[in-house]
Amino acid sequence: MNVLHYIASFFADAAHWHGYDGIPARLAEHVRYSLLALALATAVALPLGLLTGHYGRGGNVLALVATAGRALPSFGLLVLMFILLGFGLVPVMVPLVVLALPPVLVTTYEAMRSVDPSPVDAARGMGMGEARVLFQVELPVALPLILSGVRSAAIQIVSTATIAAYVSFGGLGRYIVDGLYQLDYEKVVGGAALVAALALVTLGVFWAAGRFAVSPGVRHAGRRT
Amino acid sequence: MIRIDTVTKRYPDGTVAVDRLSLDIPDRSITVLVGPSGCGKTTTLRMINRMVEPTEGTILLDGADIRDQPVTALRRSMGYVIQNAGLFQHRTVVDNIATVPRLLGWSKQKARARAAELMERVGLDASLAKRYPYQLSGGQQQRVGVARALAADPPVLLMDEPFSAVDPVVRKGLQDELLRLQEELGKTIVFVTHDIDEAVTLGTMVAVLRTGGRLAQYAPPAELLSAPADAFVEDFLGTDRGFRRLSFFGSATLRLRTAPVVTADATAEQIAAGAAEAPYVLVTDADGTPLGWAEPRDLTAGRIDPARLLPHGRPFVHGTGSLRAALDCAVLSPTGWAVAVDEAGRAVGVVSQQAIGEAIRAAHGTHRAEAAEEAGVTG
Repeated sequence: MNVLHYIASFFADAAHWHGYDGIPARLAEHVRYSLLALALATAVALPLGLLTGHYGRGGNVLALVATAGRALPSFGLLVLMFILLGFGLVPVMVPLVVLALPPVLVTTYEAMRSVDPSPVDAARGMGMGEARVLFQVELPVALPLILSGVRSAAIQIVSTATIAAYVSFGGLGRYIVDGLYQLDYEKVVGGAALVAALALVTLGVFWAAGRFAVSPGVRHAGRRT
Repeated sequence: MIRIDTVTKRYPDGTVAVDRLSLDIPDRSITVLVGPSGCGKTTTLRMINRMVEPTEGTILLDGADIRDQPVTALRRSMGYVIQNAGLFQHRTVVDNIATVPRLLGWSKQKARARAAELMERVGLDASLAKRYPYQLSGGQQQRVGVARALAADPPVLLMDEPFSAVDPVVRKGLQDELLRLQEELGKTIVFVTHDIDEAVTLGTMVAVLRTGGRLAQYAPPAELLSAPADAFVEDFLGTDRGFRRLSFFGSATLRLRTAPVVTADATAEQIAAGAAEAPYVLVTDADGTPLGWAEPRDLTAGRIDPARLLPHGRPFVHGTGSLRAALDCAVLSPTGWAVAVDEAGRAVGVVSQQAIGEAIRAAHGTHRAEAAEEAGVTG
């Protein structure tokens, strides 16, 4: 039996479509963990990145934090948190948020730094305050790069959220963890396929967000010059 | 009036960008700050809208210290044009131009209507309104930059090397456009450039700054060219300042010869009369538009073949054209004679290099006499 057969029979099994361990329920849990982690990480990293990027200060500190964040093993952190805090959502969220912080923080900072300084100078010279300069001049131009940072954070979260299952939480990781334990490879492969599909959907969502939120003047400008 | 009063800008590392500079910038005229890089011209301009704060000294706008009002209010009352235009690439042309009116709280509709009006004024086609900056040429972008600066009708316009990033042909067009706009609008313009030709072309007054941010000379362009204050200014003006100075002498004093201008159906007598005054005659069509030069003995009276004439080169406009234009025309002409035309392009006469040379000497003489008289009155 090859992988495709595993996938086919996993999805064909009616038992996988109902109840608390059914695909819809596990998918919903997975999406919920991912969204929560992404929201928390973005809520911290985005304002920090925007401000440090706008004022051009703190770049070195950011790089340090980002390197440290990347060096932390998510799985180790999860186990540590579980031991320290016991069963709960927090031990699951900590490693996911720590994972997502560096890409959002660093790309947002870099995106803001890479904005052409002359429109910013013109904006100040015309009498825009700093908040206006940030939100009306820099952010719209930095947006594609910022979105790419949030996107890679989102994809990392989606694929890493499977580890929640190790500490008795739900999500698509359940299939992988349980399948491995039960030597049910159909379940393992099916769960992995679902995670991969969800990652692809995430990509699609960000592509659509980019089309919707980024001005055509910015989207096309890069290609021409 | 903008009064820059003994202003110094010293950076924390000890560099002095502007050194005790005093300058009175007259209303409704173009004042050009010119000098080599590092002379503090841009710093000076940026101190006027407080993009840079002076270390010492004050800047007064109509008698009031510019620090008396909130910095954003000050900046919104001064148009600001920079090199490369600095357009917002995420906004359309019309929204770029509407920036300051929107900041001042105008409705979107009113601001856009005003923007459309300005596009026309700076020579941008209305079809460009919904374009984004990346879809425009460099010259068009700079026009949008000027329109954006003018949008809220500020009395003062600050322009920081606005035309230096475009090619010479486009630059010439933008300069002419600025002079035409200035004729209509009468703004107080402070213009920074490193190009002395641009300074002399545009400036009502020209301030030459030297490295270290000190004022070398502040004078109208004609005076700058005729009487540079020192070796630095003379050097900066370049080797052909004598020739360029001719731009400030009108060609109305030139004595034109009209006999050598004949139409294509000229009689033998007319050709002979022309030949008596010049070695060549200028042939025109029935409307007076110049066709070309010919030696009188090559011409057949009554039917001159325009195809066999020598090219007449670029004519100058008698009266409004300068002696520089006339001399240039004579130098480039294959016959050594310049063709004078009226505003409609009809030939009104011809003039030799020698006659132009005499007019130049006379003009210099008159100028010296006037200068001496002025010195006598004030001294």
